[in-house]
Amino acid sequence: MPVRIPSLPAHPLHRLTLDNGLRVVLAPDSTSPVVAVAVYYDVGMRSEPLGRTGFAHLFEHVMFQGSAHLPKLEHARQVQGSGGVFNGSTHLDYTNYFEVLPASALERALFCEADRMAAPLLTQETIDNQIDVVKEEIRVNVLNRPYGAFPWLQLPEVLYDTFANTHNGYGDFVDLESATAQDAEQFFDSYYAPGNAVLAVGGDFEVDQATEWVQRYFGRVAARSTPARPPFGEPPLAQDRHAEVLDPLASTPALAIGWRVPDPVDDLEAFLPYVVLSELMSDSDASRLEQRLIHRDHLAIHQSMYLGLFGDPFDARDATALIFQAHHGPNVNADQLRAAVDEEFQSVASDGLGESELARVQARIAAQLLRQADGVLGRAQGVAAGELIHGRADFAADLPARLAEVPAASVATAAGRLLAQHTAVLELRPGAGR
Amino acid sequence: MTDPVTPDDDVMTLPPLIPARPARPPRAVSATLPNGLDTLVVRRPTVPMVEVRLHIPLPAANSRNAAASTARGSLMSSSMLFGTAGRSQEQLANDLAMVGADLSVSADSDRLLFATAVLRTGLSTVLDLLADVLTSASYPSPEVAAERDRLGQRITMALTQPGIVARMARARRLFGEHPYAQTMPDPAVVAGLDAATVRRTHRERVRPYGAKLVVVGDVQPATVVKQATAAFAEWMGPPRSSRAMKLPDFEPVGITLVDRPGAVQSNIRIGGSAVGRRDPDYPALKLANLIFGGYFSSRLTENLRERNGFTYSPHSGIDNSAAGSTFLVDADVASDVTARAVHETWYELGRMALSPVTQDELDLARRYALGTLAMSTATQAGLASTLSSLAGQGLAPVWLAEHQKAVAAVTVDDIQTVSHRYLSVSSLATVVVGDAAVVRNSLESLAAVRAPE
Repeated sequence: MPVRIPSLPAHPLHRLTLDNGLRVVLAPDSTSPVVAVAVYYDVGMRSEPLGRTGFAHLFEHVMFQGSAHLPKLEHARQVQGSGGVFNGSTHLDYTNYFEVLPASALERALFCEADRMAAPLLTQETIDNQIDVVKEEIRVNVLNRPYGAFPWLQLPEVLYDTFANTHNGYGDFVDLESATAQDAEQFFDSYYAPGNAVLAVGGDFEVDQATEWVQRYFGRVAARSTPARPPFGEPPLAQDRHAEVLDPLASTPALAIGWRVPDPVDDLEAFLPYVVLSELMSDSDASRLEQRLIHRDHLAIHQSMYLGLFGDPFDARDATALIFQAHHGPNVNADQLRAAVDEEFQSVASDGLGESELARVQARIAAQLLRQADGVLGRAQGVAAGELIHGRADFAADLPARLAEVPAASVATAAGRLLAQHTAVLELRPGAGR
Repeated sequence: MTDPVTPDDDVMTLPPLIPARPARPPRAVSATLPNGLDTLVVRRPTVPMVEVRLHIPLPAANSRNAAASTARGSLMSSSMLFGTAGRSQEQLANDLAMVGADLSVSADSDRLLFATAVLRTGLSTVLDLLADVLTSASYPSPEVAAERDRLGQRITMALTQPGIVARMARARRLFGEHPYAQTMPDPAVVAGLDAATVRRTHRERVRPYGAKLVVVGDVQPATVVKQATAAFAEWMGPPRSSRAMKLPDFEPVGITLVDRPGAVQSNIRIGGSAVGRRDPDYPALKLANLIFGGYFSSRLTENLRERNGFTYSPHSGIDNSAAGSTFLVDADVASDVTARAVHETWYELGRMALSPVTQDELDLARRYALGTLAMSTATQAGLASTLSSLAGQGLAPVWLAEHQKAVAAVTVDDIQTVSHRYLSVSSLATVVVGDAAVVRNSLESLAAVRAPE
């Protein structure tokens, strides 16, 4: 019997746009004495120019290297010394910076974020230092480990055609090493204008007080022109594509398959069934692929299927993809896995979902969204990403209801469309441990 | 709306720091169920969800059976949800997912841990399913055999990860014959296991005495205690000793070098004895660790990363395990600067042990410790995991309040005392995993380089 799915607690949102174009969303919630500040800039790996691969991420590092009123290391000291934590991350379509702190430190956090939005310190010395740090990050996450960044770094080359979509977003060392302070100034000038950013504040604060602080600290950042955002969508694949990579450190093979999916922003209604489908196929022990590939046919050591290169369906614009990934033993080949995945799609397309199957997937989706919403940072990030990518701060709040309304027939249709289209297949061949 | 804003540099002075309110300790209801299971429930209705943790002690009895115990615990935990007397694997998985749950089972050298979140409306279902697993997990032979092969492959994959190789090498150096040296099951031992062995391990080890159930979320505690009492009524078994073996002494002298030909980075791993949450030195040690390398605003990060660009994410920490606590330092550095990075790390350790930290450094670390403690218990999941980890060491939630007070009272002198005791280079073992052809020569200028045990 399906369980009754409880709904998200309602938190009011307050939106304003400053004279300099900065979009601000305030999400007050006094359940715990904590606040989160998130600044999202509308620039990510896909905006990097030729010869500057990895620059968006390098620049994210440089944004922590000081600003007009805060010398190097001071940003971290102000946030951590207030009892808070911070980080930043670079995505395909945006770069974000965020802090979570005791509620009493909100004004300080706003000051720190505003100071680097106005004037980060962009010196060759700190850029050179962060080039070294980023190279070590790439070594630890990619070059010195098996399956490093598989498949998010390698699959796009098979799945897409344009430089924006295929290039290495971590960056080639040659490109990274040639980055200059002048490049950083240009990049900042083009992409870090207040009109190209969203500020979200969540947690325990008074709206009037927070508004005053936001006006005081961010309002003084001069308005600049915002860049035109080129479309990154690509036409469907005209034929099946296949590639292999040799991983000298890996001990066992791996496989990734990518399918193009509808535009998650402009065609959300067509996109949502794929979200339900990926959960049906791969989420939890009860899912189709876990049952089939792990428990029944013993074809894989591990499987996952997800939307978006980084596993978040809603944090990228077009083009985006459904991705299947598996590690498997040397006695299994990629075709066997591919055939099993297609058979499961076929079964969904022809026979649809059982009533309890749909109820199960809806319960899992609701549980994951609710859990994500527990915590002021998750909520602030949802608000900021919703505003930036989807143009709606309340995007995340509506999502549970929207996903719950996706009919089983649309999920079946989505599975059928995947079967009918061309795919990008990437096989990882192990070079070690044999 | 507020007054119009004028561009005035006066506004750009750093706002004053207003002290944070101390975190209120959670109001927990505790009960010992008739079968001996200790239960702790906290009402925290931030979202209509519930977090469940069940911690069952699982230490190896002695050095001789450590390898077997680790392998059995590992296969048991990964086969535990393959069905029960009344449910197939698929039914069990489906029943869990129908209430939004995704139950995970994991084992380490100290314990077996069940963890899940569940929709508020499905808590009693999850407790019933958990009880079904505890009392009648079936471990069907063909499925266990298939999982044994997958586990073997997962271990083989893990052994190609340099971070895992480095952690194992440090554990061998620090713990010798102690079960804690077994950070990863031995694939050969795993290959020799069968379903009958796993079933016997379950019967002997999965018992309610000493186990701790933690439930946090949108619940009424009294109702949860009733539900748990009913659900776990059939889970019985006599008490059994769950005392962990004492940690051995180790030889701190010299650098252990594990050769990884062709590596483009070296993994530096340092470790030594520390004290745990019950010890009067613990609050000061926790802050000394932060100042040294425990957070971004630390000396180690400033030196290795922000000054020298040797590494992405250097870090130190205190591991609190049942048999004892360990101070740990990790840094993954470019091969050509390996010895310099070890030298700078030792220099920063020496500076901690020999010179007082500044009052500013201490205050910053203290505010960070108190703030992050409050934050880590602000979500259902964070609070459940914190309380489960405390309960596993026999500590009640009141420890959180006592610890906050103790952290508030730590002085510069206290930091120096504990740094001398636990952060002295002479009492720490250093392990490096890297390309010996590139790094050995320069490491030898710092200390004798020895082969791994």
